[in-house]
Amino acid sequence: MTAAALELSAVRKVYEHPTTVVALDDINLVVRVGEAVAITGASGAGKSTLLSILGTLEQPTSGSVRIAGIDTSALPDTKLSAVRAGSLGFVFQQFFLLEHLTVLDNVATGLLYRGLPARVRRERAAKALFDVGLAGRIGHRAGQLSGGERQRVAIARAVVGRPAVLLADEPTGSLDSATGAEITELLYAQANEHTTVVVITHNTAVAATMNREVRLHDGRIVSDTAASGASGSETGSGQRVTGTGRGSAALGEETR
Amino acid sequence: MTSRLRLPDAIVLALAGLRARRLRTALSALGIAVAVAAVVSVLGIAQSAKADLITQLGEDGNLLTVASAQSVNGRQVPLPVTAQPMIERIPPVRSVTAVGTIENIPVRRSAAIPAVQTGGMNVLAAQPSLPETVSAHVLQGHYLDATADHYPVTVLGYEAAKILGVGSLDASTQVLIGDHYFTVVGVLAPVAIAPEVDVAALISFPQATQWFGRGNEPSRIYLRADPDQVAAVASVLTATTVPDGQDDVQVRRPSDLLVARIAAKSAFVGLFLGLGGIALLIAGVGIANIMVISVLERRGEIGLRRALGARRRHVAAQFLLESTLMAAAGGVLGIGLGIAATAVAARLGGNPVAIPPQGLAAGIGAALVIGALAGVYPAARAARLSPVEALRAL
Repeated sequence: MTAAALELSAVRKVYEHPTTVVALDDINLVVRVGEAVAITGASGAGKSTLLSILGTLEQPTSGSVRIAGIDTSALPDTKLSAVRAGSLGFVFQQFFLLEHLTVLDNVATGLLYRGLPARVRRERAAKALFDVGLAGRIGHRAGQLSGGERQRVAIARAVVGRPAVLLADEPTGSLDSATGAEITELLYAQANEHTTVVVITHNTAVAATMNREVRLHDGRIVSDTAASGASGSETGSGQRVTGTGRGSAALGEETR
Repeated sequence: MTSRLRLPDAIVLALAGLRARRLRTALSALGIAVAVAAVVSVLGIAQSAKADLITQLGEDGNLLTVASAQSVNGRQVPLPVTAQPMIERIPPVRSVTAVGTIENIPVRRSAAIPAVQTGGMNVLAAQPSLPETVSAHVLQGHYLDATADHYPVTVLGYEAAKILGVGSLDASTQVLIGDHYFTVVGVLAPVAIAPEVDVAALISFPQATQWFGRGNEPSRIYLRADPDQVAAVASVLTATTVPDGQDDVQVRRPSDLLVARIAAKSAFVGLFLGLGGIALLIAGVGIANIMVISVLERRGEIGLRRALGARRRHVAAQFLLESTLMAAAGGVLGIGLGIAATAVAARLGGNPVAIPPQGLAAGIGAALVIGALAGVYPAARAARLSPVEALRAL
């Protein structure tokens, strides 16, 4: 149960344009299956770059990335697309909903590139919407929803395919704090023995909800609560994960 | 596991994208529609006019004429009286009719008009078999019948009736042929393969003899042959008409004239089609333009789709399908407009409506090709966009 969901070793990312910037340097990070990790740091610390690399949206300049055991640093774009379609779910600060589609179709789009029949996509989307508490909004256009509802739709879209890893980039950045807390709980509720959650945030309250915090500064990891809590970092994080699973379940019950 | 996008899904995706931007879709499609309508109506109007000529041509242009050659002083030497019965005996000949020119006889509305003002009309002695042989239709009244042999009646060609100002035959109408009044009993529709009939006042041979002292020698013989024997008949006509070989005769195939006219019309069709093609090209540039703007505006959507697992080619396919479907919609609309324009033009021109199916296929095909070509660059641009860059937009 404690296999690595994400494994980065000696990852370095350098941008050449417009000027040479080292965005990430010597990143070694192992995230176990089922962990809920917050990545924090100041603006420009490399959080978004790290998430892009975890999400295969970008390739590292050097170093290796393994997602669910697959080394993605050597894969061509078509294989990376397959990894994204099959194993990853994304939640963005700007939601990126398709305004002209209904809420249901927005969520079903999360399964579009899996090649499933439209009927199956819609069924699963309806269930995912029920799970995030938006069953009553199925037929609405995305443009008719409030900010919090939009992010719920985005979360439903990210999890409708039951991805191994859920990646969220400042999911509460566009929301007020109360709504943000709800969204954080919702995201956290997804973290269970099968789903790994990685959330970028500069919101300490959000970070505190997760059971591990990785802090970046100038492209390097400066602190990792998993490593500091135990003598061996990997076993330590593994132990925390088992705790987390229960914790998130409890949290989930509280919210209902 | 692979990332897949099924074709029906891709089409639904493209249609949803087009529906989301109705106004620009409609306007871009309208550009294509106008161009396709131009192409279809040019082809359709040309085809309708051609169909009209071909109808006039009758059975595959199997009409032949035999006329006496002009002598040195410009006067026509009539054909022998035996010519018509001889030609009738050639087996593949189906029908024969003869006309005789009555020279220097003016046709006027009344004696108040000077005799020199002939209006280019002439007087022809004709037989009852003329309409059948040259496929002439009677516009008003009736053709020369049995009574025409005994009474001064005339049938006017289409142009002759116009020149003489003969509109309706409801009231008794007379025209002055030479010094004698003839009652107009009928007016013929235009005869494309025998234009000389159009400017003629036709009277019967007996009347020609009675009033103008003309004999029964024909000056021109029209005949219809079996369509596949036309050349063979033409080759023996000279010998049949003047067996002694003393006089020269001219054997002609008037359909050659129509064929030339059809060819002349086709040249204009080429020109207009070229203009239609340019219109299509411009409409295509319009679609490409709107698709480039669309790609710029929808960077977020492109980034999202890539994050959801779309391959580059899935993104390209989406935009390519959008531009193609946009153009296809324009093409369908354009075909409708083109058919309507053709129908109106054919009605105004009095032609049958004939729309070439290959014209419709060409219209739709051209629209699809233009739409696809217009989408290539925007689609490639969308596909090339890196996911991170696309998601950074907004």
